[in-house]
Amino acid sequence: MAQLVDAPDAAAPEGGRGGRRPQRLDRVPRSRQVGRVRWYTYAVLALAVLACLFPLYWMFVVASAGTEAAAEMPPRVVPGGRLLVVTQLVFDTIPFLRSLVNSLVVAGLIAVGQAFLCSLAGFAFAKLSFKGRDPLFLLLVLTMTVPASLSVIPQYMIIAQLGWVDTLQALVVPGLVSAFGIFWMRQHISATIDDQLLQAARVDGCGSWQIFTRIAFPIVRPAAFVLGLLGFVNAWNDFLWPFIVLKSPEVYTAQIAIKALQSNLTVDLGLAMAGSFLVTIPLLVLFVFFGRQMVSGIMDGAFKG
Amino acid sequence: MSATLTPQAGRVTRGTTATTPVESRWERLAPYGYVAPFYLLFAVFGLFPLLFTFVVALYDWNPIGERTFVGLDNFVRLGEDPRFWNALRNTFSIWVLSTVPQLVIALVLAQVLNKARLRFANFWRMSMLVPYITSVAATTIVFAQLFDRDYGLLNFFVGLLGFEHIDFKNTVLGSHVLIAVMVTWRWFGYTTLLYLASLQAVPRDLYEAANVDGAGEVQQFLHITLPSLRPVIVFTVITSTIGGLQIFTEPLLLQPTSGTTCGAERQCQTLSLFQFEQGFGVFNFGYGSAIGVALFAIIVVVALVNYLLSSRVGRRA
Repeated sequence: MAQLVDAPDAAAPEGGRGGRRPQRLDRVPRSRQVGRVRWYTYAVLALAVLACLFPLYWMFVVASAGTEAAAEMPPRVVPGGRLLVVTQLVFDTIPFLRSLVNSLVVAGLIAVGQAFLCSLAGFAFAKLSFKGRDPLFLLLVLTMTVPASLSVIPQYMIIAQLGWVDTLQALVVPGLVSAFGIFWMRQHISATIDDQLLQAARVDGCGSWQIFTRIAFPIVRPAAFVLGLLGFVNAWNDFLWPFIVLKSPEVYTAQIAIKALQSNLTVDLGLAMAGSFLVTIPLLVLFVFFGRQMVSGIMDGAFKG
Repeated sequence: MSATLTPQAGRVTRGTTATTPVESRWERLAPYGYVAPFYLLFAVFGLFPLLFTFVVALYDWNPIGERTFVGLDNFVRLGEDPRFWNALRNTFSIWVLSTVPQLVIALVLAQVLNKARLRFANFWRMSMLVPYITSVAATTIVFAQLFDRDYGLLNFFVGLLGFEHIDFKNTVLGSHVLIAVMVTWRWFGYTTLLYLASLQAVPRDLYEAANVDGAGEVQQFLHITLPSLRPVIVFTVITSTIGGLQIFTEPLLLQPTSGTTCGAERQCQTLSLFQFEQGFGVFNFGYGSAIGVALFAIIVVVALVNYLLSSRVGRRA
């Protein structure tokens, strides 16, 4: 808080003073200004943050102002007090609670599956030697360039063959492990786990399974957690595939439920907005707690130069 | 003599290490078990469907299981189908409109966020990731409303300035711009973080030396930031291309009343949406798969162009 208060004064005078100094054209003060942050830098950032947050804020405004708020002119910009009424209306219109639970189950299982299975495979690629390891890994990297959505029709045929149409396992099973996750965990395990540690465990008679579960996994658990988190977010937000395989409202995930709400558009403009708001809230809560880890996770996963 | 010794020797060896060969065989096979789940799932839900798309595209195939081999008829039809060319145009237009501004904004913001003495660094970074955790469905619904012709906030200001309200949803360019805004909004923060991660690997001395030499912000951007980000820029161009060619949810939810065509005139129907319409709307699996094959061909071409361009640029630099 203290930091919040003193920041604007600290930044602004520096920029201002630098601007008014007569010897501004001189090279010397400029070199002393290395890394100095000017006010317009903050202006650019504030604008970007406003652009990021305003649509969500406005979603909240319309959701809380009641269902007619979406059709007001001039548009509303202040929240109203009817959030509970509108929420009730959403739950009355469609089996929304069921959809939220479905999403939670699907995203939760995918998160756990990815955190564990990607770590295990990443561990094998990083620390175990086996015949064909390098070609197998190259194949894995190549699979990342194949976009899934172009073969949705045969994918649907397979799901139909398995008798999984209109079931949640059609969403969970294909998502349990990902090439990106394995690649990511492999990088992480190579960088953080010392070979000598594993060698010592081997001398003590540990097999690779024990080495993984007792030594490697506990060490990389924070990274696996972030991976699971990203998997959760992606699964929670997925639309195309659930839209194809889910047919009846009882198995809808929350995203498909919004689509169902939106189909009532003739009745109610604001209802879909309230649904969108309710679907986003769980992730925002997660983000408040773990956003920092997600940011560093994404930045760690990026390859550097 | 030797004949009797050899088997015995063999037996002895086997005897003394009775447990280890079994264990080590298990140990030798274990890694395959650890990586197997991925390859198994990829074979069933990734590779097989991809290859099978090419087979289904040769048939007149409906979901009940009736199928007739028609050879390349589906592709001939596709080439003569104005809806296909329309979807292709729309896809490219939306892709360009969303990729270029997104990468430019991300470059600028990454440069800004990379400043050593920036305050609240974590706050800025986290805020920029908020759109990424918002679902495409929610994003589309909010932006459709913000850009609404009659009640949208944007058009309210347009009206205040004395201009006529812009009909984003029902015009070709308007709907493309609107979808591009949604895509850009969701991804620019994520891309910024990727660029920032790359930038942080650039030695700060480089910027300080440039400062001492009197190079301004723009020059630093052109001569230090851009060249050091080249690999990650190529990477994001490729990923946003693959993503851009698969845009589906935005056009579907933007025009909820017109089903899967994104407007009466198909003004924003993308290839992915056209494929869905043919596959799951009118249940023509064969024709839908032909669209999938076309998408695949486009992605291969774009990847090749990308590769050629980036290696040419690399050589020149």
